[in-house]
Amino acid sequence: MAEFLQLVFSGLTVGAVYALVALGFTLIYNASDVINFAQGDFVMIGGMGTVFLAAAGIALPLAALMAIVAAVIVGLLLHRLAIEPARGASPVALIMITIGASIFIKGVAQLVFDKQFHSLPAFSGDAPIALGGATLLPQSLWVMGVALALFVALYLFLEKTLLGKALRATAANRLAARLVGVNVTIILALAFGVSAAIGAIAGVVVTPITLTRYDVGTLFALKGFAAAMVGGMGHPLGAVVGGLLIGLLEAFGAGYISSTYKDAVAFVVILLVLFFLPRGLFGGRTVERV
Amino acid sequence: MLGRLLRARYATLFLLAAIMIAVPYLAPSAFYLRVAAVVWVFALAALGLTILMGYAGQVSLGHAGFLGLGGYAVAIGPARFGLDPVLCLFLGAALAGALAFLVGRPILRLKGYYLAIATLGFGVILALVFHSESDWTGGPDGMAVARVTVFGTRLAGAATWYWVTAGALLIGAFLALNIEASPTGRALKALHDSEVAAAGAGIDVGRKKLAAFVIGAIYAAFAGGLLAAMNGLITPDAASFMHSIELVAMVIIGGLGSVLGAVVGAAFLVVLPQALTVLQEYEQAVLGLLIMVFMIFLPAGIVPTLRKWLLERLS
Amino acid sequence: MGTTVSRRWALRAVALAAFMTSAAFAADPVKIGSVVSATGPAAFLGDPEAKTLKLYVEELNKKGGLLGRPVELVLYDDGGDANKARTFATRLIEDDKVVAMVGGTTTGTTMAMIPVFEDAKIPFISLAGAIEIVEPMRAFVFKTPHTDKTACQKIFEDMKAKGITKIGMISGTDGFGKSMRNQCLKVIGEYGITVLADENYGATDSDMTPQLNKIKNTAGIQAVLNPGFGQGPAIVTRNYAQLGIALPLYESHGVASKSYVELAGPAAEGVRLPAPALLVVDKLPADDRQKAIGSAYKAAYEKATGQPVSTFGGYGFDGIQILTQAIARAKSTDPQKIRDAIEATKDYVGVTGIYTMSPTDHLGLGTDSFRMLQIKGGDWVMEAK
Repeated sequence: MAEFLQLVFSGLTVGAVYALVALGFTLIYNASDVINFAQGDFVMIGGMGTVFLAAAGIALPLAALMAIVAAVIVGLLLHRLAIEPARGASPVALIMITIGASIFIKGVAQLVFDKQFHSLPAFSGDAPIALGGATLLPQSLWVMGVALALFVALYLFLEKTLLGKALRATAANRLAARLVGVNVTIILALAFGVSAAIGAIAGVVVTPITLTRYDVGTLFALKGFAAAMVGGMGHPLGAVVGGLLIGLLEAFGAGYISSTYKDAVAFVVILLVLFFLPRGLFGGRTVERV
Repeated sequence: MLGRLLRARYATLFLLAAIMIAVPYLAPSAFYLRVAAVVWVFALAALGLTILMGYAGQVSLGHAGFLGLGGYAVAIGPARFGLDPVLCLFLGAALAGALAFLVGRPILRLKGYYLAIATLGFGVILALVFHSESDWTGGPDGMAVARVTVFGTRLAGAATWYWVTAGALLIGAFLALNIEASPTGRALKALHDSEVAAAGAGIDVGRKKLAAFVIGAIYAAFAGGLLAAMNGLITPDAASFMHSIELVAMVIIGGLGSVLGAVVGAAFLVVLPQALTVLQEYEQAVLGLLIMVFMIFLPAGIVPTLRKWLLERLS
Repeated sequence: MGTTVSRRWALRAVALAAFMTSAAFAADPVKIGSVVSATGPAAFLGDPEAKTLKLYVEELNKKGGLLGRPVELVLYDDGGDANKARTFATRLIEDDKVVAMVGGTTTGTTMAMIPVFEDAKIPFISLAGAIEIVEPMRAFVFKTPHTDKTACQKIFEDMKAKGITKIGMISGTDGFGKSMRNQCLKVIGEYGITVLADENYGATDSDMTPQLNKIKNTAGIQAVLNPGFGQGPAIVTRNYAQLGIALPLYESHGVASKSYVELAGPAAEGVRLPAPALLVVDKLPADDRQKAIGSAYKAAYEKATGQPVSTFGGYGFDGIQILTQAIARAKSTDPQKIRDAIEATKDYVGVTGIYTMSPTDHLGLGTDSFRMLQIKGGDWVMEAK
């Protein structure tokens, strides 16, 4: 039982990170149909930015805030300078642009920062909390808490605010949204900005656990994308469930099956899920438009 | 005249052959032949994706897995079973085709990004097997490939491999052009535009997609086998997610659905890093920037845009 | 107007600079090649190597170069990709016409490049760990890092001395971790030690509690060994503390860098590992032969880069130093003569160890080049002999 609980803790911590990245994917996808492969790099900017600003003598909370703002600026620039000028291009071309952006951001990051791994001090110390024979780091609670808070905030934003409704309207039908007076350009910029913020916040809270480096974004993008897809692309709840599911699968895969093949365990389950639910867990059964 | 040439089916082939003959005369050293050979190999793999993505409109983010499979076939066959490396090249391609046939059925029911993640997962699993089964594959540091002997001559040196890979690509391009013009190719293009409409027109969508997937896998495996034999080594990195992305990037940058586009895209991503070494630390940033700039200004890819421009100028 | 003036000035400055260099170094430069993984998964190793090589060549040229000629370092970054490494190796030989090469960060990239250098008969000093690089012997291939086998032997010697006979292992699945795991399993029998739990983790994993939990729940384990490099061991160390495992933890020479201690934080307290003298150079007795060279390298590297010195940069330092000394001894840039001179390297005191190469040994380091260190108070402490 203690072992099981330990694996659950591990899976939920890692899964919460994936969920946060997946939420970022979801938001941009909803607004623009684009899979933003630079999403993971926002996580890196959040983490690395905070590390270097803190090292420059800025207090940690302020450093984190500045890093998040920096990521939002990068997100807005990505939209303004790369996505917006390519308006009308096919989704594959847009995805290619985000892949180029991801390479570019990594290239700049290794110049601005460095190529070493870095860490941040845990927000509430390193003393593990004992729970039912297993242990949990306080930082894990931070990660899960922040993931939950961001999910709720995003949900409320999308469901309850006018701006959020405009964003969903844009996602559903861009032309119709434009006809009823939604400024699609601003909505898209908003999606990129908020996604960048979510990614960067994730980066700040997970760096004390996972460590960070200029190129950690690739892995986060890979896992976050998988999480968003298994949950059902475009569904915030799906993103969270998908992220936690992959995190738990990896933990149980490593704990009970084979630590060498834990990633394979996760992907086999993803393939099985998609086999039975071709649009992910929460994707429903939309019929393809002719 | 030029306009007719641009529209002729085998114009691509002649252009490609002309370039292949010209390069050795222009190359100042064998290094340039080596780079060109790498371009030909990756172009071959990208051609497979062109058939899958460009003709049939199906994305694969796990294509490097087949590349790796072909590479390991050429490494493992001779080392563990004493088979002839050239035979293994074909065995690897056959194996990749068979595997694609098996996994293709369930996977290809998925659409769009769901297909992307499924193929990605498949590629990751393959890469993980190559990485982990050290007894067979040599593990993360890879496995040496015995030097290839054909009719008593050992294939070694950049010049030799230049011609071997160029020949392979030429054959691959010839076949791809024929597939494009065949009824299957036309059916694939129809389902690219709309699966529902294609099905309505009596096309067996599932079978055609599967055919494209299998052909794409065979191309990639063949390229992987050549790469491994040329390098004398195969590492699990060849099958990695990043290489799958790279193959997709080649197809899109060069021009989706264009045979010449696959070659241009491969050249773009193989030659550019070599050219950018003068920038040292700025290399990666500039590479990323160039990919973005090209996609923003040539969203349809280099070759189709250029072709369209030429045709407009001529008419 | 303004632009033309500044352009003219710029041209003059370039001309002047060119004139001055040609006056100082009338002869052609000695071209030394290098392909390292300065980016990608092995950047942890390749980055300090690249920085060290650049620094060394810069310093060397300030002192007048080699054989009265300037030294030119042609450095390429393979990003950890074996195929790219091979292309760059071809480029170094065919296009840049280098006389020798120091590089090859990982075993994979090294193995991809070896045939190119062997065919061209150009000496190649590798900076990668695995023993396959020099066993079987190849005429033109050398290496400077300790093999993982010697690291295993050093660790097992220490365990044996402490009466440890049953251990758990948790290894990285990257090239370094996997190769070391295999080497350790090969020699472990000689020390009467058995492995009761053998776990793995991926190089980019961010949580190893599931694997460590299994080790924790395996009865009879007296110590844990973690072959790996990069951020993995730092996370293993933290998770180890999180789970409250009280057994001794042994790390490998792959973490022998101050950044490991910083990343792992207080959890690193008490960790043991084999490492070259470079890490404890300040604490070496004054009569230690490696003290002078180690201190000088450490000071120069840390001043130039602002980063703590690591053993990986040290491998690069020894590689290029062995090479330049060989070129000086050979009084020639003929690759065959350089090769012979490298092979004749005798009693070279480096930062990694003391090297004596021979026609049957292209590494020339023994287990005594490793020191057993322990982390105490956030710093390395030498184990009493």
